[in-house]
Amino acid sequence: MDFSSLNAVAMIVLLIGAATPILLAAIGELVVEKSGVLNLGVEGMMIIGAVTGFIAATTTGSPMLGFVGGAIGGAVVSMLFAFLTQYLLSNQVATGLALTMFGLGMAALIGRNYNGIKPPRAERLDVPGLSDFPILGELLFSHDPIIYFSIVLVFAVWWFLNRSRAGLVLRACGENHDAAHSLGYNVQLIRFGAIMFGGACAGLGGAYVSLIRVPQWTEGMTAGVGWIALAIVVFASWKPWRVILGAYMFGGITILQLSLQALGISISGAYLSMTPYVVTIVVLVIMSADRKRASLNAPACLGRSFHASH
Amino acid sequence: MSVLLDIQGLSKSYPGVKANDDVSFQIQEGEIHALLGENGAGKSTLVKMIYGLVRPDSGTMVLNGEKFAPPKPFFARQKGVSMVFQHFSLFEALTVAENITLGMDVAPNRKELSAQIRKVSNEYGLPLDPDRLIGDLSVGERQRVEIIRCLLQDPRLLIMDEPTSVLTPQEVDTLFGTLRKLSENGVAILYISHKLDEIKALCDHATVLRMGKVVDTCIPANETARSMAEMMIGGELEIHAATEFTPGAEALRVEDLNLASKDPFGTSLKNVSFTLRKGEILGIGGVAGNGQDEILAALSGEEKVTPETILLGGKAIGGDGPNARREKGLLSAPEERLGHAAAPMMTLTQNAFLTGRIRKNLAPNGVINHRKTTGFAEEIVKKFDVRTPGVHVAAKALSGGNLQKFVIGREVLQSPEVLVVNQPTWGVDAAAAASIRQALRQLAVSGAAVIVISQDLDELMEISDTFAVLAEGRLSKPQPSDGLSIEEIGLMMGGDLEVANHVDA
Repeated sequence: MDFSSLNAVAMIVLLIGAATPILLAAIGELVVEKSGVLNLGVEGMMIIGAVTGFIAATTTGSPMLGFVGGAIGGAVVSMLFAFLTQYLLSNQVATGLALTMFGLGMAALIGRNYNGIKPPRAERLDVPGLSDFPILGELLFSHDPIIYFSIVLVFAVWWFLNRSRAGLVLRACGENHDAAHSLGYNVQLIRFGAIMFGGACAGLGGAYVSLIRVPQWTEGMTAGVGWIALAIVVFASWKPWRVILGAYMFGGITILQLSLQALGISISGAYLSMTPYVVTIVVLVIMSADRKRASLNAPACLGRSFHASH
Repeated sequence: MSVLLDIQGLSKSYPGVKANDDVSFQIQEGEIHALLGENGAGKSTLVKMIYGLVRPDSGTMVLNGEKFAPPKPFFARQKGVSMVFQHFSLFEALTVAENITLGMDVAPNRKELSAQIRKVSNEYGLPLDPDRLIGDLSVGERQRVEIIRCLLQDPRLLIMDEPTSVLTPQEVDTLFGTLRKLSENGVAILYISHKLDEIKALCDHATVLRMGKVVDTCIPANETARSMAEMMIGGELEIHAATEFTPGAEALRVEDLNLASKDPFGTSLKNVSFTLRKGEILGIGGVAGNGQDEILAALSGEEKVTPETILLGGKAIGGDGPNARREKGLLSAPEERLGHAAAPMMTLTQNAFLTGRIRKNLAPNGVINHRKTTGFAEEIVKKFDVRTPGVHVAAKALSGGNLQKFVIGREVLQSPEVLVVNQPTWGVDAAAAASIRQALRQLAVSGAAVIVISQDLDELMEISDTFAVLAEGRLSKPQPSDGLSIEEIGLMMGGDLEVANHVDA
């Protein structure tokens, strides 16, 4: 077998591209879950972000406004979920699943006139001198701005959750919402905000798929990335840095299987395509095997509705 | 001394109940003031109004000469009113310092706060490490966190709701020392407790509530526990003397029971062994979190264990689930009333069905016999004096004490061979607690064996024939309750097994 055609540097660059939408959606969901809410509608918010971002970019001609449009689109649909679960106390799992189905259908409806159009190209970073530097230049200084933004965002989320008072209050709501309420915090409002942040991140991730990864609009183009993002939050045991690890690992496996398919390896393409998903399941099983540890890290009120009794 | 808080004519109604009716009393600066009353007398509603969690319908409060009507706890805290709740508002997965920050309105930075915590905690004799996780702390230590959280805000009035119900006698002493020191420094304390001996020892004044009204005031030092209890219930207190204990044949034997706790902050059981005879009440004492939940789970069948480690009437049942054990006569009532012993949203009838199905044959051929089930629920309500509008109401609508009577009554009326109860009178007023204990006592007299797990030592001393302590998942050898001193037991509860062995010998 000839592996010489596999260029390591090019593959890593591709890997980062494949991992970024997952990373964005997962870091948003991590904040949502830390506040004690389980939003299974990540996939739905992503696809809405993909289509609203695509429309914003093609109408204005600016990819940056496209990303903003994607984030807003994701945040707006997430408000639907937030209102239903926080104020009407609907079941979070059922509402999240409904949000995914709603998003997929809604996105197809909004985007029906945008099939087959090319979006404006997002410029890659080009630092004279640095970007031309062999290997390192390509690895570190030749990406689109969203990739850098996603890394900064992870750091910002880590800082927010672990160093700021607002982040501590958010974690407190996820740990024990009754206690947080009795201390005088507005649990519903805090969770509402967290859900919107998660929606914006998922929307941004979706816009990344339709504007950079593919780049064009087709129905159902997020292809399960939202579900992977959900799994990666668990894989990361709700720790921001591990989300990067999980997302890049998943991106790596995706790129590797594509490259192997391109090499024409005799394993059926179907098996290779399923490897990233199989690996995710296996990792989740391993992570969940130690129930004590898993429950130590998980926010104690995850998925439970909060209703103030007084 | 001058008046710190002057309460005049406070009233609060909920649909169908007058929780507080024209309540008036005064708290002086630096005084320890007790609030007495049965469950449902309106103590909680009253303190929630003072703390700003509930708004009164009418009436006024004056704090330090200023009108005081806190719309939210935040405002109460700003005016110097702090509260330590019966159920702590703590976050297990966060550190002590983080928990304290969350309860403060203006928090200093981390380093400063840690230093303050160390300083205040040493000053008042409540040592605490700011960096430890709450989940790793004992109940007594958790309470310290709550108290220190309050003290860091320089309160003028500290409200304490049932602070000692989960502490060891030594921890109670420490707490009282702290409270007296606070009182010397001019902080007033509003103290709610069912333990009248403690109130007698600690409090300067007492206000007695019954059915939402102030019915009496007294100076506890001049009263007896009995006279205060009678003020609370407004009648004679019936105290039943312990009956003679004549052990019968072996009912339950536990041999070398080991169980790893499923709770990350739980305690695993290690080599627990004991024998229980018919007619015997075994009291299991110990500080909460030393394996109480686990031992209940292992005995009730919620956790299956090696079959031969639990023998009921000589038969191995360790591998059976709860229903199979019920069928064979081993019944249990867990501590958590809502969500564990009873389904909160279901009616009393439905809750009666949930554990009574097998032994009361409430669903012959798999179809619920509604008339029989309602009859069973009504029997519990009647025989155990459960105060409720009817058996059709949801379990969560009952007050804690009434639901507890229902939960215990439901098991007792199924005539078990062995009954295991955890904290049967937790948060229950004196009269109801006495009737629950009486029911357990009668059950034992009729030939059943009973295990009472409790943190209330006075209760265990009153009710149990034999006594053992659970410390860090190990059970001491049961021994006759007569002749054990509270001090010895207190040391055993702290995990001092040398005392346990010494008492043993």
